[in-house]
Amino acid sequence: MSMDERRIGVYICHCGSNIAGPVDVAEVTKFAAGLDSVVVARDYKFVCSDPGQELIKQDIKEHGLNRVVVASCSPRLHEATFRRVCQEAGLNPYLFEMANIREHCSWITEDHGEATEKAKALVNAAVRKVYYHEPLETKEVPVKPNVLIVGGGIAGSQAALEIADSEHQVYLVERTPSIGGHMAQLDKTFPTLDCSSCILTPKMSSVGSHPYIKLLTYSNVEEVSGYVGNFKVKIRKKARYVDEDKCTGCGVCMEKCPYKADSEFEAGLAKRKAIYIPFPQAVPNVPVIDRELCVYFKTGKCRACEKFCEAGAVNFEQEDQIVEVEVGAIILSTGYNAFDPSPITQYGYKRFDNVFTSLEFERLCSAVGPTSGKIVLKDGTEPESVAIIHCVGSRDENYHKYCSRVCCMYGLKFSHLIKEKTDAEVYQMYIDMRCFGKGYEEFYQRLSEEGVNFVRGKVAEVTDRTINEEEQGKLIVVAEDTLLGKIIRVPVDIVILCTALEPQPDAEDVARLFSVTRSADGFFLERHPKLDPVATTTDGVFVVGCCQGPKDIPDTVAQASAAAARALAMISKGKVEIEAATSVIDEELCAGCKTCIMLCPYSAISFDEEEKVSRINEALCKGCGVCAAACPGGAITSRHFTTEEITAEIEGVLV
Amino acid sequence: MQAVSPYRDAVDIILEEGGDPLKLCYQCGLCSGICPWNLVRSFLVRRIMHEAQLGLVDFEAEEAWLCTTCRACVERCPRGVSIIDVMRATRRAIVGLGIGPVPDSLRITMKNISAMGNPLGEEREKRVDWAKGLEVKDFSEGTELLYFSCCLPAYDPRGQKIAQATASILKKVGVDFGIIGAEENCCGESVRKAGNEALFQSLVQSNTAVFSEKGVRRVLTTSPHCYHTFKNEYHELGGNFEVIHYTQYLAQLIQEGRLTFTKEINKRVTYHDPCYLGRHNGIYDEPRQVLQSIPGLELVEMPNYRENSLCCGGGGGRIWMETKKGERFSDLRIDQAIEAGAEVLATSCPYCITNFEDSVLTTGKSEALEIRDISELVQEVI
Repeated sequence: MSMDERRIGVYICHCGSNIAGPVDVAEVTKFAAGLDSVVVARDYKFVCSDPGQELIKQDIKEHGLNRVVVASCSPRLHEATFRRVCQEAGLNPYLFEMANIREHCSWITEDHGEATEKAKALVNAAVRKVYYHEPLETKEVPVKPNVLIVGGGIAGSQAALEIADSEHQVYLVERTPSIGGHMAQLDKTFPTLDCSSCILTPKMSSVGSHPYIKLLTYSNVEEVSGYVGNFKVKIRKKARYVDEDKCTGCGVCMEKCPYKADSEFEAGLAKRKAIYIPFPQAVPNVPVIDRELCVYFKTGKCRACEKFCEAGAVNFEQEDQIVEVEVGAIILSTGYNAFDPSPITQYGYKRFDNVFTSLEFERLCSAVGPTSGKIVLKDGTEPESVAIIHCVGSRDENYHKYCSRVCCMYGLKFSHLIKEKTDAEVYQMYIDMRCFGKGYEEFYQRLSEEGVNFVRGKVAEVTDRTINEEEQGKLIVVAEDTLLGKIIRVPVDIVILCTALEPQPDAEDVARLFSVTRSADGFFLERHPKLDPVATTTDGVFVVGCCQGPKDIPDTVAQASAAAARALAMISKGKVEIEAATSVIDEELCAGCKTCIMLCPYSAISFDEEEKVSRINEALCKGCGVCAAACPGGAITSRHFTTEEITAEIEGVLV
Repeated sequence: MQAVSPYRDAVDIILEEGGDPLKLCYQCGLCSGICPWNLVRSFLVRRIMHEAQLGLVDFEAEEAWLCTTCRACVERCPRGVSIIDVMRATRRAIVGLGIGPVPDSLRITMKNISAMGNPLGEEREKRVDWAKGLEVKDFSEGTELLYFSCCLPAYDPRGQKIAQATASILKKVGVDFGIIGAEENCCGESVRKAGNEALFQSLVQSNTAVFSEKGVRRVLTTSPHCYHTFKNEYHELGGNFEVIHYTQYLAQLIQEGRLTFTKEINKRVTYHDPCYLGRHNGIYDEPRQVLQSIPGLELVEMPNYRENSLCCGGGGGRIWMETKKGERFSDLRIDQAIEAGAEVLATSCPYCITNFEDSVLTTGKSEALEIRDISELVQEVI
């Protein structure tokens, strides 16, 4: 047996009836057996099973196979499996090729004849391609043992603590002045009715004081370069104008500041000063000066905060700082944005005083909120009746098609709080009650017992145009009660709009910055919805919490812990394998035109000014092949996808 | 209680007649809540959709003919269901397969259109009588613009004033336009919505044949209904000409400085968005621009305006059917206009004008509110 002789084994998988239903596997096997250089061809029920794998290993030994083709499902599922099988049998894993005769063939046609013909063509292509495969060596690179986490809500905080507890350094970047995120704004949490701050603030405080967490609040990630295991990150730490080391958090600066603006934390229902901490339990408990609003920055006069600060912490000369860190993995936990319901003019948000969004209502319920926890109308009186409108901007083609997943449950929670604090009647205006989590259905039952009214129908309108005495002075909620089959008019004092959770307005920029993709709804896309839910298509970058899609706190925390485990697995191993199928430049042929440098989406190519040639950093290269296709001099070869290999593959399909 | 069973054959009929969008409906009831019928009587659009899903539609019921195709429900349906298509499918099944009764007045209208080319059953030769004395030329090859008056302004005494006003404005500006007359047919928009697809197709055929024979490239319409079908439906059947609504054209003439005003209208005017101009075609601004450029005129809005406009009740073939007293949306609209403090209710659709004129008359509010087409107001000040 000469070294150059190709001895190919071909395995046609039935995948139960997935492939063997439409495809005549026996015929394809017979066809494969007749192909040039094919020494053995077999079909098997599940090639991915242990006996299936064993079959390949045995053949490699017995028949002296030096190339293997498996015709089965998508390489995304089992390429790694079969490469490992080859390796275990002493064959270089890159001497393997996979033909996808399921997703690309049996699943997309009902025509058995055509399915079989296509399967043959795909097998032929794979056999011809693998003929030219060369052994490639995978490389390992060391991993920086640190993790960057972007976004300090409950997701980011949880992940940070999990990782930091293993004594690995975490850099937690938060763009607002404090960590805590949306959860800090919530009053109670369903279904257990824990006080949100009571369960959150201990975590926040641990994050703030953890020796392995470097907290960078009021900061933005500006630049990310590098690759899995070795990311270089540039962070802009915006000037707070308050020295974090000197500030004692006494708050006198805020008392003295003359300027007032709407508080973001209080959802605009209360005011804050130009120098402020967002909320009492903020971490860090250090104020920031809002440069846009500060009288001194606008007029050059005032500095009241500075005068009264005994610690001498106020510093108007402070400048933005650029912090550079190197990390092995990145976790994105940038959260969600609450949908603004004003475009749905029929619901009267901003037109009527007592139409609130859910986040505003959370603040109304909160003991430390603008009304000290009293549920009252804008004029201070207690409501006699409240309507909670579900699916505002969710499950709606005109806004967001998806279900926001938390509204049914927090709607129920609101009912409880209203019932607890007032004598008001509560009306849930819903389309479907979705109470799917642990203890959720039970919570729904509990609220039914408390006497909440359920009206099934999407609200058409909230109006102040009354038609009788009882409606005078009320907001009228109009809908079809679809269970009654009647139009119902419910006069209420307060309307709560359960607004959709939507992607952050800058999700697109963040996605670009970290090279992650987004799904059609705008949220960050996970690598696999079921089997790889926190990874992304960029190795070493993970997504958790609502930036990946709407979810409740239990799911968010679970995901955060999962991502922490994934990141930890990487950094504790200390090294990571990188793709061997990268591009390589023949420096003899390279004319130094730099076309490849401009096109490379991973910034993997640099220019050697002395030699006047382009060079590829193999650790950064993902083997996408753009450079090889574009190189005018044909100097670049994309390993594992050489011109020879691709031409042979195309011939295989066409012949 | 009597149980019902799904009836697949009826579902298939509705699907075949274009009711496919009904599959998407998730029964939230938003459509019922929005539908203007529920201001005057019960009409549960959601329930009809569900009946259609299960093949339990009552083809013999009055409900099959109620929808005015005003598009308020479609505009906001969270599943993007073309509810009007489902309503039309039911009517097509009734008209085409004879599985239910067609209201008498509608049947007569269809017969008139089929025989005489207009819903009123008037003689073809009288189609351009409205233009007598105005010296409007016949459309011939090379004329820039065809003015398509719509059947109501062609024959109906109230409507004729609109056609006359429009023609006078065009003449005053010096626009090169012409009219066709006896060879012209009803555009067929309402006929199509009323389920008579065959008649609609034949109207499209004869109109496009006449247009192409005469070399028509650009059509100016008075009615949003003609505008709608010319713009959105004739093309799919081979029509090849540009169409513009007269309010768009006037706004353009004003902007270009070709149309100027010499007099004032010192009145408070409110504008009613016709469904087929507004919701169906997104034209909300141009009519208001024209009104606001009239010296002295103060424009006020009613509670329901633009996308939320309240239908007059005349779309979907309803203009040819009798609506019971107490169930007319136009009566409510008149009240809205008066409440808004308007002296004039202006609009830009012959159907709306007809219904509003009828309403002020029958409710005794002629003194309180004037009903005017925008073209008439413009004519007054040039």
